[in-house]
Amino acid sequence: MSDRTDELLLARGIGKTFPGVKALDKVDLTLRAGEIHALMGENGAGKSTLIKILTGVYARDVGTIEFDGRQISPNSPSEAEAAGISTVYQEVNLIPTLSVAENILLGRQPKKFGIIQWRAMRRHAARALERLGLELEVSRELRSCSIAIQQMIAIARALDVQAKLLILDEPTSSLDEQECEALFAVMRRLRDDGLAIAFVTHFLDQVYAVTDRITVLRNGGLVGEFETAKLPKLELIAKMLGKESGELPSSVGGAGTPLPASEGHPKGGLGETRPTFESASAIGDSEAPTTISKKTPFLSAKSIGRKMGVEPLDLQINAGEVLGLAGLLGSGRTETARLLFGIDSRDSGHVSVEGKPVPLRSPREAISRGLAFCSEDRKTEGIAPNLSVRENLILAMQASRGALRQLPLPEQLRIADHYIRALNIKTADTETPIRNLSGGNQQKVLLARWLAMQPKLIILDEPTRGIDVGAKAEIEKLVESLRERGMAVLFISSELDEVVRVSQRVVVLRDRRKVGELEGDFDEHRIMNLIAQPHE
Amino acid sequence: MSDSEKKIRGWFGGGRLLWPVLSLAALLLFNLIFAPSFFHFEIKDGHLYGTLVDILNQGSKVMLLSLGMTLVIASGGVDLSVGSLMAVAAATGALLVTKTSLPFGIVVPACLALCGLFGAFNGLMVTALRIQPIIATLILMVTGRGIAMLLTGGQVITFERASYVYVGNGHLFGLPFTTTIVLVTLVATLWITRRTAVGLFLEATGDNETASRFCGVPTARIKVLVYAFSGVCAGIAGLIASSNIKAADANRVGEMMELDAIFAVVVGGTALTGGRFTLVGSMIGALLIQTLTTTMYNLGMPPAIAPVPKAIVIVAACLLQSAKFRDALRGLLPRRATT
Repeated sequence: MSDRTDELLLARGIGKTFPGVKALDKVDLTLRAGEIHALMGENGAGKSTLIKILTGVYARDVGTIEFDGRQISPNSPSEAEAAGISTVYQEVNLIPTLSVAENILLGRQPKKFGIIQWRAMRRHAARALERLGLELEVSRELRSCSIAIQQMIAIARALDVQAKLLILDEPTSSLDEQECEALFAVMRRLRDDGLAIAFVTHFLDQVYAVTDRITVLRNGGLVGEFETAKLPKLELIAKMLGKESGELPSSVGGAGTPLPASEGHPKGGLGETRPTFESASAIGDSEAPTTISKKTPFLSAKSIGRKMGVEPLDLQINAGEVLGLAGLLGSGRTETARLLFGIDSRDSGHVSVEGKPVPLRSPREAISRGLAFCSEDRKTEGIAPNLSVRENLILAMQASRGALRQLPLPEQLRIADHYIRALNIKTADTETPIRNLSGGNQQKVLLARWLAMQPKLIILDEPTRGIDVGAKAEIEKLVESLRERGMAVLFISSELDEVVRVSQRVVVLRDRRKVGELEGDFDEHRIMNLIAQPHE
Repeated sequence: MSDSEKKIRGWFGGGRLLWPVLSLAALLLFNLIFAPSFFHFEIKDGHLYGTLVDILNQGSKVMLLSLGMTLVIASGGVDLSVGSLMAVAAATGALLVTKTSLPFGIVVPACLALCGLFGAFNGLMVTALRIQPIIATLILMVTGRGIAMLLTGGQVITFERASYVYVGNGHLFGLPFTTTIVLVTLVATLWITRRTAVGLFLEATGDNETASRFCGVPTARIKVLVYAFSGVCAGIAGLIASSNIKAADANRVGEMMELDAIFAVVVGGTALTGGRFTLVGSMIGALLIQTLTTTMYNLGMPPAIAPVPKAIVIVAACLLQSAKFRDALRGLLPRRATT
């Protein structure tokens, strides 16, 4: 396997900078013929940038790419394809109303005197599918096929150009378990044919099911390359999250604090200032907490779930408490939040707020019950980009008052000015369009939007993503002060140390399932253990 | 910036009115040089007459349509059915005044309510059925005229009812009555959108519908409301158009006027992508289009080729609005200096 001649792609020292962000820094990637290679990393790790450089979507700033013995610098996806690098993206990029055969050969239809040779085309398409071990009527309309089959057809199309390297960018995110298995069978078959496959996924179990080696990226840098069989899951998670698996992460304890590597270590640093409970407990009722529980939780959800979203799970959020929701990307954290806020309808379960059962069918209703939701996707679900800071800030408040009771302009300005000062929002004035603000300041405006509503429960989905360290610290401090004022907070973050620092209780999710709940005395290590724990 | 200044800027759409106003001014300047009679006024029987007054009068229909159209476009949609709804209003109005003895004070709200309902139907197709606005309103654009034909039995219905005739031909305060109708509708629309939160909800919905919904903005209700309002505006325009000729011609009333209204809105500074809107800008846009049409007639241009220069001016006005185009133009200048 390690024979030098097997090495199909050697990317060395790849770097790419976008205005203000170093997306990739000195990253190496080696892909061998006849292997399935996982590319792993959390959000912002640089996976998609790296793939886009390999496929010619972006030009690299520095570094070399040797592919199949030649130096290449593809300038467009078609150039990369001509060199032998094909990609299948997460969303199937096919045309639903055309036939399977047309989709496989679109743009390369066999022609004679400019006329499409339909019979040759169907034969060719059938052969391309045969290579994947797929038998299918190729004159069928594509949209009559399941998503999994469409995914395979996309792969057949990608391979039809004499590809030597196939990049699969999250191909499994919309597939169910059996469909995944079928896809894996095809992947193994292609690997055995000598193809190199780069596989991007967020599902750890899939990595172990199908890949030979793993390259881990974090924050635009290379963490390392590992053989899948020799890398325990816990260690993989630790590497993705930038922690050491064997000991407590150094960021928890604060400077100079000696850290015993025991599981029972109390949360250091900030942990001293808040109540710590005698025992940690996994799922199940805990008797320990004296300060918070015993009275009715603010929100209690019983086995709420949604197909392709999250498996049914229970949640309780108390007033004056920060509940952390931990798990890797794609583990169902955001899906859970969306169920609670009434964005997606749930297939099962009940929710009660302050002891009363509520339907929670729309954001409007959720807001009227005292809920607030700060989405992780600031751009598409948060800001109205061309409206001013003031308008963005008072939007939810105005919406809850109704159209007819307009907040008087002086009042709007007073609220906007108050939050601009209180949250230290950097903006020219209240009338600046919010799109002109930096990411961190946009985030603060969105937080202010909800704080102005004085909600009883605020759901923060990745509130610190893509913002600078200073703003992160400010937001953490803010969450703590909200809790002290008696607000319930559901805090979602990929940054485990952040979750540990701000939460009193943590619910851990993996592969769209709740796998545990930790209370009182927990640390990143225990969360990682829960994430890594094998399927039951 | 003082509070009142902010308020005024909000009412007039910030700096976005600059280009439409400049375009209109350029067109008027052209007329001042080449057809000075353009600016002549005459007072007869206490009423003001002149080309500019004609423009106000003739332009009233497009101005009314563009009020509704502005709000629909701000919501991220478009309403192609307004021309046909004008025909529906004209047919209904003419039928009611000829076949019944209902007072005109009932006929008008009845026609407007009908058009409002049709508009709400558009809105429901866009929101509840998630049909693309251009398709949803195309349905009524085609069937609306059919409904009007059905009502009139394919005949041109003429009428003499004085109150109906007054709408499009009468004078008030020395100006055509239509001017008053436009002004009252404009002020009412401005009031509804800017003195309540409807304008904010509408701009937020057009700018980012998902985010607005997540904030609790009733985005679907707002959309149905603006389509219904657009229907009502079309109804008023339809009554004026039929009153102008004292007849309802279901085939011709409001023909192609939906396009003039869309032009007026876009030239006036409201982007087709939705979001921020300016009603005053759309009024200027409508006046620009009417001034252009009148200028063509004045210059004796045959009606058959009049659309060509009209299209050229509209393209120019749209390009001037595009910051990208202006940058490109600026980029050209120094290069020309060096070569």
